[in-house]
Amino acid sequence: MWDYTEKVLDHFRNPRNVGTIKDPDGVGEVGSLACGDALKLTFKLGKDGRIAEAKFQTFGCASAIASSSALTELIKGMTLEEAGRVTNQDIANYLGGLPEQKMHCSVMGREALEVAINNYKTGDTTKKILEGKVICTCFGVTEEEIERTIRDNNLTTVEQVTNYTKAGGGCGHCKPDIEKIIGRVQESMKKEAKPVAAARKLTGLQKIKLIEETIEREIRPMLKKDSGDVELVDVVGNRVIISFRGHCAQCRVAPVTMKEVVEAKLREFVSVDLVVEEEKA
Amino acid sequence: MKTVYLDNNATTRVAPEVIEAMAPFFKELWGNPSSMHYFGGQVARYIDKARQQIAVMLNADPTEIVFTSCGTESDNAAIFGAVEAAGPGVKVITTRVEHPAVLGPCNRLKERGVNVVELAVDSSGQFNLADLRKELAGGPAVVTIMWANNETGVVFPLEDVAKIVKDAGAVLHTDAVQAIGKVPIDAKKTPIDLLSFSGHKLHAPKGIGVLYIRKGTKVKPFLLGGHQENGRRGGTENVPYLVGLGVACELAMKTMKDEVTRVAALRDKLEKGILATCPDTRVNGDRLHRLPNTTNISFQYIEGEAILYHLSDLGICASSGSACTSGSLEPSHVIRAMGVPFTAAHGSTRFSLSRYNTEDEMDYVIQNMLPIVTKLRALSPFVQ
Repeated sequence: MWDYTEKVLDHFRNPRNVGTIKDPDGVGEVGSLACGDALKLTFKLGKDGRIAEAKFQTFGCASAIASSSALTELIKGMTLEEAGRVTNQDIANYLGGLPEQKMHCSVMGREALEVAINNYKTGDTTKKILEGKVICTCFGVTEEEIERTIRDNNLTTVEQVTNYTKAGGGCGHCKPDIEKIIGRVQESMKKEAKPVAAARKLTGLQKIKLIEETIEREIRPMLKKDSGDVELVDVVGNRVIISFRGHCAQCRVAPVTMKEVVEAKLREFVSVDLVVEEEKA
Repeated sequence: MKTVYLDNNATTRVAPEVIEAMAPFFKELWGNPSSMHYFGGQVARYIDKARQQIAVMLNADPTEIVFTSCGTESDNAAIFGAVEAAGPGVKVITTRVEHPAVLGPCNRLKERGVNVVELAVDSSGQFNLADLRKELAGGPAVVTIMWANNETGVVFPLEDVAKIVKDAGAVLHTDAVQAIGKVPIDAKKTPIDLLSFSGHKLHAPKGIGVLYIRKGTKVKPFLLGGHQENGRRGGTENVPYLVGLGVACELAMKTMKDEVTRVAALRDKLEKGILATCPDTRVNGDRLHRLPNTTNISFQYIEGEAILYHLSDLGICASSGSACTSGSLEPSHVIRAMGVPFTAAHGSTRFSLSRYNTEDEMDYVIQNMLPIVTKLRALSPFVQ
């Protein structure tokens, strides 16, 4: 049996918002009988422009039904802009997580939402149209869809991409292509990530808070492995003053630790401009 | 909650008689049968007895019985062993609906450059004997064809297959894991060279299997090690389990009649009941040539895993050939090979009975099937 959370089983056994809305504002249909799962999502907006009602019909396994039910609960009350930002991770998180091999159920939910919103905005067909180059011909998965899912979920292996999008799960001929897409997307994500850290503008208070969090989460556990510890003494502009404790305090390589662990981590997670100094006794 | 166990093609309950027979081999008779002291050596005669019990069931000679750890090992040992013994240039002929324990070794042989031919099946799950004859015409071959299919219960005509293969001078292996104890198997009557089966499908425990090797069949040993099993399979004998298997085989001979009459009648009742109460359902596989305990029913427009979880909530254990239950993304290779329409492929559900099932249990399943199907169809975008 799958390791489903209680929440998944609850939404499977007692699905919320089953059916179709008459005269809906948006309709999204994705998947097919041949593919093994399919979802039809309909929604209606209220006077305030928020989603007042959402209903679904799903053909699929327990987690496909639960993901669809969760999706309808999740988007109720959202503006279309907010709903447009919902990712498959949001759906999975709502359910307390899904088994890795079942993540494609959450992706199907996100796709249906995307198609339904697009249907509202443009009146375009309610069925998902294949845009761009089809990579997996067995399940009709496009390059665009694979790229988006890799980004949203930070996927690194072909197996993950198959679990999340089904691409590569049939004859398997497209696996080398998927491998290439992963390489390309991961490379561009790395490039995009750096300027974000550099461009981040923090207030003095935010900076100190972030430094403390980073020490707690990233640095302290590493030092504690060697029975060492570190304490934040002060932050002056971009100068971070620290004091080593435990074994680190007597350690001859402490200056190396300071540069390569403490400073490197703080630069990665807070700001590239930081300089770490040890408190002078 | 009561458990209604209808998944006996997956595994079976260990018979109480079997457990009882095994117990002394954990408590007192735990020596190594190969030892040169009485304490260990005395155990050997119990192995002989089990071998004898199994030989009687198959109408074979005890020397033709080799104990293994499971059905998968038996299949691997038979296929690799026969192909290696035959030497280069041998062809392997099998079917598209074999168990993964057979398809796996066949795929490995393909990678090694062996010509492997998979015979197609029709919508009833049967293959054409003429295709087999044609493939055999090309020279030396090892044929591996299952006796009965695990998913649909479809029984292949092994008597005819054996005759054709023998006439062509080829070697025949059959995976009889599902057939054992449910259809009569007579090694004297049916000229099979190699036959695999597993204990846990006939009320013995998991972890014990048999490979029958007809006298004179050339097979290279698969598991190399000690001199056990006459050098045909290394490894200290799993004494408690093979003793249990011997008893299970003896029981199976006594209960075979019950399987083909009472159990078959229960299966028919269940099948008819479900087909009569649930619209848009169909039986997959040849209903005339089928194991007495198995039915594979497709519920159109709904998906198998969802059906199984609802059944499970009621204590009912069944199985499915749907994509989702296997962790793969496509329906089972058996369902696909039979060309089951895609509206029905994902909703295939297998019920497999045993002699421990009762009529009340069938009624319970029949009563509960329609509400489950109705609930899931109400969710389905393909039902208006």
